[in-house]
Amino acid sequence: MPESSLFKDGRRSSVESRTPPLRQLSQSLQPLHRNPHTISIFCSEHNVQECLSHINMEVSSLGLPPVWSELDGSSVLNVVAVLNRMYDLIQLHHKSLRTVENMEVEQLKLNSNVDFLKLTTTRLKEQLDVSKRENTGLLERERQLLLKVKSLQNCLKNEKEEVQKLQNIIASRASQYNHDMKRKEREFNKLKERLNQLLADKKERKQAIDVLNNIGRADGKRSLWKTEKTEAKHEGEMYKTLLNDYDSRQRELVLENAELKKVLHQMKKEMMSVLRSRKLSLRGEKADLSGTQAASEEDEEEVFDSELTCVHAREKLTNSIRLQWRRLKSHVERLDSQVSLTQMSKSTTGDPVPPRETCEKEMERLKLEIQQCKDFIQTQQHHLQQKLSTPCDEDAALLLNDSYMLQEKERLRGEWKNLEEQRTIFEKERSNFTEAAIRLSHERKVFEEDRATWLKHHFLSLSPFENSIKPQLSKSSSAILISEADSSAQLAPEKLSSCYSNSTSSPSAFITSPSISNLQHTLDLIPENGSTKPGRERSVLCENIHPRDKLWNDDKDLSSK
Amino acid sequence: MNFSELFKQSNQLCKVSPDGKYLATCVQYRLVVRDVSTLQILHLYTCLDQVSHMEWSSDSLFILCAMYKRGLIQVWSLEQPDWHCKIDEGSIGLVSSRWSPDGRHILNTTEFHLRVTVWSLCTKAVSYMKYPKACQKGIDFSKDGGYMALAERRDCKDYVSIFVCEDWHLLRNFETETQDLSGLEWSPNGCVLAVWDSCLEYKVLLYSLDGRLLSTYSAYEWSLGVKCVSWSPSSQFLAIGSYDEKVRILNHITWGKIAQFEHPASIDNTKAEGNFVLSVPELPHPDEICAPPIQIPVVKPDPDRANPKIGVSVLAFSSDSRYLASRNDNMATAVWVWDMQKMSLEAVLEQTAAVRCFQWDPRHPRLALCTGNSKLYLWSPRGCVSVQVPAEGGFQVQSLSWHCSGDFLILLGKDQLCLCYMDEHALVQDATL
Repeated sequence: MPESSLFKDGRRSSVESRTPPLRQLSQSLQPLHRNPHTISIFCSEHNVQECLSHINMEVSSLGLPPVWSELDGSSVLNVVAVLNRMYDLIQLHHKSLRTVENMEVEQLKLNSNVDFLKLTTTRLKEQLDVSKRENTGLLERERQLLLKVKSLQNCLKNEKEEVQKLQNIIASRASQYNHDMKRKEREFNKLKERLNQLLADKKERKQAIDVLNNIGRADGKRSLWKTEKTEAKHEGEMYKTLLNDYDSRQRELVLENAELKKVLHQMKKEMMSVLRSRKLSLRGEKADLSGTQAASEEDEEEVFDSELTCVHAREKLTNSIRLQWRRLKSHVERLDSQVSLTQMSKSTTGDPVPPRETCEKEMERLKLEIQQCKDFIQTQQHHLQQKLSTPCDEDAALLLNDSYMLQEKERLRGEWKNLEEQRTIFEKERSNFTEAAIRLSHERKVFEEDRATWLKHHFLSLSPFENSIKPQLSKSSSAILISEADSSAQLAPEKLSSCYSNSTSSPSAFITSPSISNLQHTLDLIPENGSTKPGRERSVLCENIHPRDKLWNDDKDLSSK
Repeated sequence: MNFSELFKQSNQLCKVSPDGKYLATCVQYRLVVRDVSTLQILHLYTCLDQVSHMEWSSDSLFILCAMYKRGLIQVWSLEQPDWHCKIDEGSIGLVSSRWSPDGRHILNTTEFHLRVTVWSLCTKAVSYMKYPKACQKGIDFSKDGGYMALAERRDCKDYVSIFVCEDWHLLRNFETETQDLSGLEWSPNGCVLAVWDSCLEYKVLLYSLDGRLLSTYSAYEWSLGVKCVSWSPSSQFLAIGSYDEKVRILNHITWGKIAQFEHPASIDNTKAEGNFVLSVPELPHPDEICAPPIQIPVVKPDPDRANPKIGVSVLAFSSDSRYLASRNDNMATAVWVWDMQKMSLEAVLEQTAAVRCFQWDPRHPRLALCTGNSKLYLWSPRGCVSVQVPAEGGFQVQSLSWHCSGDFLILLGKDQLCLCYMDEHALVQDATL
């Protein structure tokens, strides 16, 4: 540290050596930052050697030969060397000062150069800006000119097209004219030819009409002379047709107008009602509203009263509709603007609030409804899914279905069978019944015939010929007959009743045949004594009997014969 | 649908009597009258020459046969076949001939349109109308037969004369503001006369029955103008078809345009909502309903020729005024059907060949059309059908006309005719066919 301070001081002292005579003065005139104790501090009587070595080092570092070499061996300073060194150092110093001067000069020069360049750059920049502006201006002009050119080209194209079109039109008109000209020329030529022909032709064929007989007029009336009266009549009729046409048209238009007026009235009413409902919600306009309402109501009344003065009524109606429409439109516009305002700003002051709140409430309500509906739909869907998916196993489901069906089928089958059976039974019974009825009729017939024969026999037997057996027989036969008849009568209901029972038809046949056979029995008794007629009749009777009993009867016949 | 057998006819002369009971056909120089229901020949008349024009009188009692080359007209009576009437125009020649609405007068237009001669069959009297105009449609009778409008040309100016048909009294004669009057037509209610100019100028004039000009309509200048004009049966609309391929509809209250129908070559969704029917017999599905966008084949007309085949040349309203059928000449294979209530396109019927003839059923909204092949095409809002005419030797349907009851159609070929009987429900009530 002390060496460094010494070193520092040494440096300062070297600086001072520039003006040696003024050393002391310079010491007193030193700037404040310089140390007043410069000289004495570096080298003192005690540290000469160190100072010398230090100076040696310094000098050698500067490239100069050393001041003092240890090889000399003398502690005395080589003054010559020291002076030389000092002179070298001074020279060095001068050189460095000169270089510093040069450098300062250079720096000044460079500074001036820099300033100059700065000035030039600013100037050039300004120039550049100006030229750029000019350039953009020119570009703009060029663009505008291009646009103009394009539009002019378009115009030119249009004009060319129009010219072309006009040329086409001219061409077509020219061809049309030519065509007409040619046609007229041809006709003219024909006329000339015709004229020549007519002039040359000797005999002229005149017009003539050859009718077998006149035919009557279409409407059967006689034709009238052309007089003023007929002319006037024609005129009158013409005007009548025209007037009728106008009348009908006017009627149609009146109807149309009435329809349209009705529609306009309705529109007006609806618009007023709409405005009323909206305006009531707002405050501070009631007075105005009532005023307008009253006016419009007055309007309406006026309109209805003065339908006859069509023009005024129409004007009033249209004016009132226009008014209402304007009001409605302004109202809707106001609402729109209000909505937009409330959307933009979040302030809720005065008028905008109620509609906004109501709107929001409505929206909330609607949203809630939508949600409810959605939930409902979802639950329904869920239930539906469940219902559809309860037969989890398809086969099982099928089986189940089948089983249900089976039972049903079985039941139905049984019922069907029963019904079939009943039907067959009924059929059989019906056939039985019919058969029985037929048989009964047959039997009745047979019975009647037998009775008739018996009565005949009775009559015959009542002849003068005395026959002891006969009356007895007749009586007995009659008795038997009667009894048999009774029995047959009894049997008949039995037979009938048996028909109703649930049995086959054969027993009834058997029941019937005995009755017939009984009858026959009684009848047999009679012909034994009487004539052969009854026998024949009996045989006839036998034949009349039901074919089922034929064998029996044949037997009987045989037996009787 | 039933078809009758083929009968001979010449010159496409085949007309049903106005009362619908008889059918008259001309075969060379013979006039054959048949009963419509049995098709038995009732009367056979022989004329002096080949018949050029044949027409029934309005009361269905007389038939007029005109032979233009000879300048002769023969009138035949159905009630008295022995009755005869011959009108000879002499050297003056004959260009056209027609009945008057009362069925007792015959109007003959002489050659070169020198005059119109009115022959009376009741009194054998003659009267003349001077300076008739030779144009597309120079004479028109009002629907109730009360008035006749005649176009005249005097001193290079157009005039219209209105006559009362009862006694040929001249009611009105007025000059029209046309350059070159091309046609005139009464409205069905008989109160308005539409007069239109030639194709060099688009101008439609509307005159009242008493000769006042009600309105003038001109859609554009310089390009070719009006091609055809048609009144709706209710007299509410006047449809004007022009060379610019558009149809303009005027209304009867303001006589202003209320709608404009265009016939573009490609139809896309935005323009029309109707059905589009493609009738191509060669395809497996003969009647296809195609969805838009659709391209319709266009044939560009020769620009150098006069009366170019471009523009709307045929317009026809249905009997209930509900539909309008139109044909654009450079898209001759398509018939466009417009709905008059919605004022929009209802359907486009596209055929394989150019449509030769189409006509609405006089009773129902049913359109029959033919293209010159052996098929008959029918369209109604409920659907459409194509029927092959069963005939040996190929029968090419060249024109058709409906019977006044709407029960059957008369199909005319080159020299044959055939009747086509409709089913009761064919396209009218049910869509089932």
